[in-house]
Amino acid sequence: MTDDPAATGLMPAAAHRWLSRRRRDSGLRPYVVYMAAVLIFGLFAVILRDDGFLTATNLLNIGRQAAPIAVMAVGMTFALASAEIDLSIGSVAALSSLVAAEAVGDYGFVAGAAAALAVGAGIGLVNGAITVKVRIPSFLVTLGMLGIVSGIARNMNNLQSLPIRNDTFLAVFGAGSVGPISSLLIWTVVVGLIGHLVLHHLRWGRHVLSVGADRSAAAALGINTDRIRITALMASATAASFAGVLLAGRLAIGRHDLGENLLLTVIAAVVIGGTNLFGGRASVVGAIVGSVVMAMLNNGLILMGLRVADQLIARGVIIILAVALSMREQKET
Amino acid sequence: MTGPSSPVALEVEGLCKSFRAVQALDHVSLSLQYGRVTALLGDNGAGKSTLVKCISGVYAPDGGVVRVDGAVRVIASPDVARSLGIETVHQTLAVIDPLDVVENLFLNREHTRGGRFGAWLGVLDKKRMRTESGEILGRLDIRIPSLRRPLSALSGGQRQAVAIGRAAAWGQQIVLLDEPAAALGVEQAARVLDLIRSLRDSGVAVLLITHNMDRVTEVCDRAVVLRQGRKTAEVDVADVSKDDLVAYITGARSGDRDP
Repeated sequence: MTDDPAATGLMPAAAHRWLSRRRRDSGLRPYVVYMAAVLIFGLFAVILRDDGFLTATNLLNIGRQAAPIAVMAVGMTFALASAEIDLSIGSVAALSSLVAAEAVGDYGFVAGAAAALAVGAGIGLVNGAITVKVRIPSFLVTLGMLGIVSGIARNMNNLQSLPIRNDTFLAVFGAGSVGPISSLLIWTVVVGLIGHLVLHHLRWGRHVLSVGADRSAAAALGINTDRIRITALMASATAASFAGVLLAGRLAIGRHDLGENLLLTVIAAVVIGGTNLFGGRASVVGAIVGSVVMAMLNNGLILMGLRVADQLIARGVIIILAVALSMREQKET
Repeated sequence: MTGPSSPVALEVEGLCKSFRAVQALDHVSLSLQYGRVTALLGDNGAGKSTLVKCISGVYAPDGGVVRVDGAVRVIASPDVARSLGIETVHQTLAVIDPLDVVENLFLNREHTRGGRFGAWLGVLDKKRMRTESGEILGRLDIRIPSLRRPLSALSGGQRQAVAIGRAAAWGQQIVLLDEPAAALGVEQAARVLDLIRSLRDSGVAVLLITHNMDRVTEVCDRAVVLRQGRKTAEVDVADVSKDDLVAYITGARSGDRDP
């Protein structure tokens, strides 16, 4: 550090140390998502104050909407960190909701969740294996998989929703709560915490980041890059199937289109949370906050009374803007 | 073949490697001895980096034999090379930008904590790795301002120092250095030479790729010259002048033994 303002006595040394550590690590980027969250919250609190944005029910609703987005976003963070992408997550969530609904009726609530997660892990394994072994970019493999899985989900119950009547399942994965805290929020925190710990404190997390940052360097150091890329895609698909379980729990049904339209929302949440779309930089906490931002946006647009068609347009514009802004910030660092 | 006293650490015999129509290595043989520094010289495209990549497990050679401590080994992956005590500093350095200095030093040989379960899960023992990183860099006299800075925040010289420090720290038997001082300032380059000497003195077999003849005469015992994928000369550095070496490299002169 040559140009040290602390040395000139303009700033308390400790404050300067903190600031400069932050700055040299990664610029303003880590804070963009928090600023966005506060800004949007403040904006909606003012302009939608008479439309019930700030009511406890509505805020809780935002949290419940954010839960499946956040769970998918945590998984997507690992896919992007490894410089892959998983476009099949929406369809995986939908199929998983159906599988959970089916299995829960026959074998109970643990089997319901486990079957859904197994489906997700299996689809992720296929995505990863084809990407790595056949050397097809993951965006193409998972785009194809998106079609395949949507088709299977549509065939599974002839476009009908499958009701879930298992009270334990609904309490644990949906309507239940611990004290005043919704079980959906608890799951979000649990998944986020696990994701954060895995990314920063497990060897696998660091290897995922390494492979995404520089695959040939990682290979030269003996990291099995194939295995890392496959498991990263498994993580994203498994997280997506857990999101499907939460959607099923919240709505008490499995249906072929649950979560299907969340793909773009999830990608936006992850990217504005500070994860690089092209690998090598990832933030699980950012992805969670980004998910809350996206859920607030959805909620605000509805409360503003926009028609569904206009909501789609507004959301598309906002997502492109948000991603463009956060990527510009990323390039500068 | 050479070296009267030091035992042979690594022996390459008849190594071949082609990329489509281009024969990058054409029956190249070479041996590295413990406690000796061997220079690998040649013009751009002569096959130096390809040879290093074949020995370090990045490329699979098309033909030829590699012996480590006299035993024939198939170095099928970088992992195998590392387990045989072969460490490499590649031209590209192979450092990971978003990871910090400690993580780079320990990448893929991390310490874990939490017993057997922790090891299975891969729970990183960050504290231990940080302490040991300080020791490693201190021992090698490599100065990095902060171990916790990501590599992307370091200067070119510091990044190179981390890559070399990693190889020196783990290379118990054989260290391959592909242009290790290319991006360094004068003082840092001198540091690298010191590091090479101390590796040699502790008995490590060192292979050094460089374009700088001063470095060859300063630290190397032997020099092997490649030209268009073939070995064109192998000499004791003490027996030849810098001009001789340049003549071998440009092809103005050739000869497999001392002239």
